[in-house]
Amino acid sequence: MQPTIKVENLSKEFRIGARRDSYATLRDKLAGTIRAPLAALRQRRKAADNRVWALRDIGFEVMPGEVVGIVGRNGAGKSTLLKVLSRITEPTVGRVELRGRVGSLLEVGTGFHPELSGRENIYMNGAVLGMRRREIERKFDEIVAFAEIEQFLETPVKRYSSGMYMRLAFAVAAHLESEILLVDEVLAVGDSAFQKKCLGKMEDVTKQGRTILFVSHNMGAVGNICNKGILLERGRQLLISDIQTVVSTYISSGCAGEAEAVWDDPATAPGSDVARIRAVRILDREGQLMTSVDISAPVCIEVEYENLQAGANLATSVHLMQAGVGCVLAAGNGAAANLTHDAWGYKSHPKGIYRSVCRIPENFLNDKQYTISAYIVNDNRIEAHVLDAVSFEVVDSGEMRGEFLGEWIGAVRPKLAWMTHSLAERETSALFDAEIPLARD
Amino acid sequence: MNLPVEKSATVFDSSAPVSHRASAQAPIELHHNVVDLPPIILEPSRSWVSLNLRDLWIYRELLYFLTLRDVKVRYKQTILGVAWVVMQPLLTTIIFTVFLGLLVKVPSDGIPYPLFAYAGLLPWTFFSGAVANSSNSLVGSAHLITKVYFPRMIIPGAAVGARLVDFAISAVILVGLMIYYNVSLTWSILMLPALVLLIMLLTLGLGMWTSALNVKYRDVGVALPVLIQLGMYVSPVLYPLSLVPERWRLVYSLNPLVGILENFRAALLGKEFNWSALLISVVITLVVLVYASYDFRRMERGFADIV
Repeated sequence: MQPTIKVENLSKEFRIGARRDSYATLRDKLAGTIRAPLAALRQRRKAADNRVWALRDIGFEVMPGEVVGIVGRNGAGKSTLLKVLSRITEPTVGRVELRGRVGSLLEVGTGFHPELSGRENIYMNGAVLGMRRREIERKFDEIVAFAEIEQFLETPVKRYSSGMYMRLAFAVAAHLESEILLVDEVLAVGDSAFQKKCLGKMEDVTKQGRTILFVSHNMGAVGNICNKGILLERGRQLLISDIQTVVSTYISSGCAGEAEAVWDDPATAPGSDVARIRAVRILDREGQLMTSVDISAPVCIEVEYENLQAGANLATSVHLMQAGVGCVLAAGNGAAANLTHDAWGYKSHPKGIYRSVCRIPENFLNDKQYTISAYIVNDNRIEAHVLDAVSFEVVDSGEMRGEFLGEWIGAVRPKLAWMTHSLAERETSALFDAEIPLARD
Repeated sequence: MNLPVEKSATVFDSSAPVSHRASAQAPIELHHNVVDLPPIILEPSRSWVSLNLRDLWIYRELLYFLTLRDVKVRYKQTILGVAWVVMQPLLTTIIFTVFLGLLVKVPSDGIPYPLFAYAGLLPWTFFSGAVANSSNSLVGSAHLITKVYFPRMIIPGAAVGARLVDFAISAVILVGLMIYYNVSLTWSILMLPALVLLIMLLTLGLGMWTSALNVKYRDVGVALPVLIQLGMYVSPVLYPLSLVPERWRLVYSLNPLVGILENFRAALLGKEFNWSALLISVVITLVVLVYASYDFRRMERGFADIV
């Protein structure tokens, strides 16, 4: 069997600042060249230095029916790869072989015109995506039903709610019958019911033996939909393997965050004459530094501090912060506030260096970026503090993603005890009944 | 240095296994085979580019839909709607009839001036409108160009196509004028479709070329309306070719619109064809079209990156 997609030695170079150049007018160019021909030449040489390789030596093969997740952080080249494969932009070096029609969904609603009605836009959008008129006609009713817009078919889409607009746009795209489907983050639209529907549609597509390349930041969605993965980093292909390996490599490869903040010099370490913070670290369950953690694994926060005044009643406190949210939670090692009987919280400390470790349980945080602020208090007076000292990222590889693949809102995402039962069967709710075990299995 | 708390604190449990969903997905069965199809090859293009007419053919329906969209969208939320299409050449004809026909008394080869002017303004309005429309079409479709593949020539093509629809609608007035002035048709009318095709190809060539240039140099969008305006005065729109001194006619006819407009009138009103001017028009139109197509294809590669 021949591969549907065969990529060999693919590289794509971009000129930084090409956008600015593009708006440079003829006059500038002419005037500049006449006034200073040397400068123009020099500038050309300089422009050559302003080139970046968005993709470098990419090579892989995709067999029919495979669903490949393209994973990588921002700027890794995921979208550029899709753009090259969907023929929007040309490769600088290398060669791609595609067998079959290519449908690219780099955006939902490409070609939609606000003045046109839903019906007209279905045809318009379908044609832009490469569907034949016959094909659109054949699937028209199915598309309308999928989008749930029957009664607004003749309304201009500018009067649609954003939800309706997205549903219609995805509905058209979902009915595209190409052998190769390139999808860029489009699952992140619509409400959860619609997302579920989209997911079902994607599964149908794969069952038909079509090939999908799927780009997403959402590891939960990638892990659920794909069976193979390609990990990109700064334009290079780091790994190509089964999706579980790729996702876990992505997680352990770490993010831009700092796992460790250390103040070696006791004189300049943050703090007072009583106590100073010497280090803050993010550790995994084995005590190794890390900046990225799977949602199903615990996170340990370590604060190392020095007590300079014998007998001070020191305690450690950490704040878990999130951009846009503020403080997610504050936790301290006071005896009343911790689960594990910490030996030193608010107890008289001899001089010396101490290390507090706090463990945030697995299946508790959301798949977000978090930062840590640490405090050393002495009888409730702050002696030392560092703000946003370290940061880490929680990655969702699909632990809680059986049913819902969209963006999971909330500062945290604890896995909680749930119990629903039909009132016809029993009268009282078991959740209040201490006899019924609800604890984790 | 003493470390009262040991690293082996209870919060670490290196023994606990990482829970991973054990869901190695089953291989998926193939229902249809695409192996027989010739593969699409993507490679950096060399300096010589092909026109890739096969792709244009595959995407012909998109040309239709984009044209339809242009036509439908343009007069949405206007009161007069499609009447605007007719208004433009009609009002211009009235104004020029008053000033040039009645006051200045421009000769019109014995044809009633309103008919003479409208027969010139109809193709001219198409030409100027379509070139202006398509020159801005690529820049205006940046959202499409950066998100989906199709042969880019379709965009300026659809812009010309939309104006062709206007042209057909405005032609109704011409028929009315011809009936009013009792013009009897001759066999010459059979030349009309060929002339319409010729002006369409010329428009397409210029439209494609200016639209591609406009992606890189936005000057084109500013300069073009001025050039089009001037173009009307160096073309026999409001005056006949016979007004141009004999010795200048050859140079004047290098403007491909001369052969088209003169013969357009001749075909309609049963006058004698100017074959030499027509020949020049055909040659220049073909040169423009071929050059524009190849230059367009050459510039097309960079559109998504710079638009």
